[in-house]
Amino acid sequence: MASHSESIIREPLITGTDITYAKITNDVLRPVENMPGKAWWIGFSVASLGACLWVFAVSYTFWYGIGSWGLNKTVGWAWDITGFVWWVGIGHAGTLISAILLLFRQNWRNSINRSAEAMTIFAVICAATYIVAHMGRPWMALFSLPIPNQYGSLWVNFNSPLIWDVFAISTYFSVSLVFWYTGLLPDLATIRDRATGVRRRIYSVMSFGWSGSVKTWQRFETVCLILAGISTPLVLSVHTIVSMDFATSLEPGWHTTIFPPYFVAGAIFSGFAMVQTLLLVTRKVLGLENYITMFHIEAMNKIILLTGSIVGVAYLTEFFIAFYSGGEYEQYTFLNRFIGPYWWAGCMMYGCNVLMTQLMWFKKIRTNIPISWVLSIVVNIGMWFERFVIIVVSLHRDFVPSSWAMFYPTWVDLSVFIGSIGLFFTMFLLFIRVLPSIAMAEVKLILKSSSEQAKKKLIQHGDLDREQVEFYKESLVKFDSVEISDYEKV
Amino acid sequence: MSSTKYILGLFDDPDDMMHGIDTLQKNSVPIYDVYTPMPIHGIERKLGLKDSRLGYAAFMFGCLGGTTIFSMAYFMLVHDWPMNIGGKPAFAIPDLVPITFEWTVLFTAFGMVTTFFYATHLFPGRAPRVMDFRATDDRFVIAIDAKGSIPHEDITNLLKQAGAVEVKHNDRKYVSYE
Repeated sequence: MASHSESIIREPLITGTDITYAKITNDVLRPVENMPGKAWWIGFSVASLGACLWVFAVSYTFWYGIGSWGLNKTVGWAWDITGFVWWVGIGHAGTLISAILLLFRQNWRNSINRSAEAMTIFAVICAATYIVAHMGRPWMALFSLPIPNQYGSLWVNFNSPLIWDVFAISTYFSVSLVFWYTGLLPDLATIRDRATGVRRRIYSVMSFGWSGSVKTWQRFETVCLILAGISTPLVLSVHTIVSMDFATSLEPGWHTTIFPPYFVAGAIFSGFAMVQTLLLVTRKVLGLENYITMFHIEAMNKIILLTGSIVGVAYLTEFFIAFYSGGEYEQYTFLNRFIGPYWWAGCMMYGCNVLMTQLMWFKKIRTNIPISWVLSIVVNIGMWFERFVIIVVSLHRDFVPSSWAMFYPTWVDLSVFIGSIGLFFTMFLLFIRVLPSIAMAEVKLILKSSSEQAKKKLIQHGDLDREQVEFYKESLVKFDSVEISDYEKV
Repeated sequence: MSSTKYILGLFDDPDDMMHGIDTLQKNSVPIYDVYTPMPIHGIERKLGLKDSRLGYAAFMFGCLGGTTIFSMAYFMLVHDWPMNIGGKPAFAIPDLVPITFEWTVLFTAFGMVTTFFYATHLFPGRAPRVMDFRATDDRFVIAIDAKGSIPHEDITNLLKQAGAVEVKHNDRKYVSYE
């Protein structure tokens, strides 16, 4: 209920002193209802240049075949699958925020779920394009689906993890899209009811005739809860199945039973880092500091620390098991990560993912925006190298030394990768231009209970435990959007 | 005879609006519907709405999805084209768990959301039926059908008493139509 007031020791989720329902709408819709600023245009120009590079590089791949990549007989998967796993992993944070945190009633998700889910969708699009591209002949993608054909019918092999992956990724993408769009309907209706002319028509079509009546809201909440309930095991299953692409093989470095939890933790780790990279800039550029507060930033950093540490434990376990197994190929693969020709990739992987994230134990670092931003990028560099090490470094020296080889990316490999980042940012920038980047309805829901102004009123009312009030005031010091001097008199 | 079709009480606070619903109900004024910019828990109980049955629909669609893919896989791998993979049985049930799970989720999501859209009459391009444009922004709107026998001034006064910031007497049901 809206009038429910929560404990004073909880940090505020909305800061600022004169926040009303109307102000939330105005603040969130400012970038949608006005022409974008210079920063947006610069970002969009650079990103769309990247997207053009992607179109060119992928077209080149389709025209000349995947021989234009640096693959060889020994290293048959390289930047393509590295990029695929990296993007799918990045996507996982959005579903974690929108589904798992909803089930756990974490209200701080309300102001970051929309953009994180959008990021999920764009990341999975990038991942899917890698899969189609690495087929070389993209029209053959049809044969990964169980549809009748002229060869018998020759069906897909449901025993294969690669087919499970087709099912997992396509289900994940479509369910995330449905979840995201259903959540967007009330906010699209808000834009519709404020707009005029052509814009009103467009948003009218997009909002499906949403009215906000009692029954609609009641059904909407049921739908969101059930979607969250089914998306939670879904998101865990997706990266589990991605890890099985490797874990069910006999390749040393790949056939590891800890891969599923290790990959899922890694996915959430890199996904939150990407959310952090995007939101730290977005909140500043769009002026959303009151809604995406220091509490959100610190909470995400704590999740990065937790999942990064889980990944660290998984790394140690892998090394121990390689040693303990007594299998010489297994042992060699893990030693080769440090003493082989790709030692620098191994160092990037372990250094960025384990050593750098341990800095998050310090509150000064967790609540420092520039450092958090740099660390979030470091994490994603590290996670890209993790997949590179697992895929290329394991493959390049297999059982027979005569077939050992090196992998060198060509300009096409590089362009597809850089291009896919451009594609991702193009889609994200278009998103913040035409759709509300914060779920307005959900933020309005917590205004009366969890905002700074509501809590301040509670303090002014008196009869609260003095110790708790002091604790609360101390927790406000780290916020960059709170005027601490306001609290001297109250 | 006045031309008013609907009386709208606009509140700027959800708690005032809840109070408004109570006041109206105490005075036996029937409420047509309530429009809010965000879900307000407790209204549905006050207005006597039944629980949503979408959960049952979701469950049925889930069962349908799981059964569909499991039967498809059985037909393809066991009946139509069994493969001899090292002499292992063609009907390898554990291998079918991932795809069965995925389609259970897929059918649940799409089936439930389609049912939601169908039941609530939501589809792309549907003309929005809006009684007040600010009901999706910052106003909590109680709509009362003006056909009843209760004098309009009484309803207006009740709404004002309960804390409505504005009371509208609308000649048209929906303001969103041309």
